[in-house]
Amino acid sequence: MIQYIAFWLFAFMVIASATMVILARNPVHSVMWLILAFFNAAGLMLLAGAEFIAMLLVIVYVGAVAVLFLFVVMMLDIDFAELRAGFVRYLPLGALVAIILAAELIFAVGAWSAGGVDLAARAAPVVSDKSNIQQIGELLYTRYIFLFEAAGIVLLVAMIGAIVLTHRQRGGVRTQNISHQNQRRPQDATRLVDPGVGQGMEL
Amino acid sequence: MTETFISWGMDPNWAWGVATICGILLIALPLMLSVAMIIYADRKIWAAIALRRGPNVVGPFGLLQSFADGLKVFLQETIIPTGANRGLFLIAPIITFTVALMAWAVIPFNSGAVLADINVGLLYILAISSLGVYGVILSGWASNSKYPFFSAMRASAQMISYEVSIGFILIGVVLFADSFNMNEIVKAQQGHGLGIVNAFGFNLLLFPLAVMFLISSLAETARAPFDLTEAESELVAGYQTEYSSMAFALFWLGEYANVLLMCTLNAVLFWGGWLPPIDWAPLYAVPGVIWLFAKILFFFFVFSWVKATVPRYRYDQLMRLGWKIFLPISLLWIFLISGYLMLTRYS
Repeated sequence: MIQYIAFWLFAFMVIASATMVILARNPVHSVMWLILAFFNAAGLMLLAGAEFIAMLLVIVYVGAVAVLFLFVVMMLDIDFAELRAGFVRYLPLGALVAIILAAELIFAVGAWSAGGVDLAARAAPVVSDKSNIQQIGELLYTRYIFLFEAAGIVLLVAMIGAIVLTHRQRGGVRTQNISHQNQRRPQDATRLVDPGVGQGMEL
Repeated sequence: MTETFISWGMDPNWAWGVATICGILLIALPLMLSVAMIIYADRKIWAAIALRRGPNVVGPFGLLQSFADGLKVFLQETIIPTGANRGLFLIAPIITFTVALMAWAVIPFNSGAVLADINVGLLYILAISSLGVYGVILSGWASNSKYPFFSAMRASAQMISYEVSIGFILIGVVLFADSFNMNEIVKAQQGHGLGIVNAFGFNLLLFPLAVMFLISSLAETARAPFDLTEAESELVAGYQTEYSSMAFALFWLGEYANVLLMCTLNAVLFWGGWLPPIDWAPLYAVPGVIWLFAKILFFFFVFSWVKATVPRYRYDQLMRLGWKIFLPISLLWIFLISGYLMLTRYS
């Protein structure tokens, strides 16, 4: 019983907050609704018994990706009048995307109700006495090891690409030498002098 | 606890619900009380190190000072700045406070005494602690004021940076404990150090991680010397600048609840949690809760001690420590630990 209530609650909240993402006028509010949608999606994963995926969803998407979204969106200089003015201009493109998405949805539902591919035979058998993490790990490091490593390489290339794009040498910048700073002692920085009257001192 | 309610003749579903709510109240209410007392302790320790008296007027030895402060902010007017984004401005302290309470669900207080004994306990803690940053960012942005916004930027960068190394440090612990379940992690520490000491911290491979975790937890909770988010000499009061009355109090409570949580994590992950420090039978006569609380209080003392003695870091030093020192070392340590375990445990 409580599973059904939880499922309908999470499912309703996912769809409602996803709708609010596109309906909210303020982009920051949109990101907040998006975070709520992620959260409820994690709840759905928990109901499906995939607690590891649920936690990863929260850690990666809510904890890191959405924070960066929020960062960028907060810095934007938002002109609400301009945002609304662009609505008519992008209407044809938006309508096209909406039609394609709707067609895909109808296709998917049609294929699903037609019986379709027997996915259950292809999925790995679930061993109930092992934890989620162990099962995923065993599959990833045995059957899908090459795909897993390929994903790792793609991420590595993306990381190097990001570093190359943002790293640039600038001239005329005084950088800090941390070990030099740490080695500095009071006697290097201060000097006690006793200048005679009218003589002044050399700095 | 569910069994007790069932034995009283309750329907199992209802018994589970009532037991869970009782468990939540059993954690949350004492936590609130201990946050009030720990604020007093913090001020007293700080004062003692600075050779002052600290709070000593309200109640015996000033013990009721935090309650007097709480009553004061409760009676104050909530001021919302005209330019503020009302909804987010009010929701931000609530997020901070709620998130600070949520993580306690998976903390084991004794063998099996845990509200939610889930397999992914440690990941749950990581997930929840990564949410804490939203309260800070939103309050900074919704205040529509420069200093809070600067503070929010600093806080989010700081928390994200240190979460990376905290994640790697936790992986090291998980590798040794062979589980993400908090209770299992505590049990794995029994007799871990030379067969007599109940702590991961006495393992030579894990001791550096314990030190890094302590420092990272200072940074994660934005305590001194990493309290750049509320550096009063630069940012007035940081993200809390525009807040008053209960909204401010919620930030305050949430912050200290987070500090307590980090002390608890230090105790649970590296120093044996509810196990006595030495694996010696008579010590098990003392309830595990007492050992856990003693360890939490010790780490809280360390936190206060550091706050009173260490000067504040510069922001670039903070980032350097996180990204250029802790991250490579913790990454290297994962390789070392995995290699060591491959040679000893799995070969």
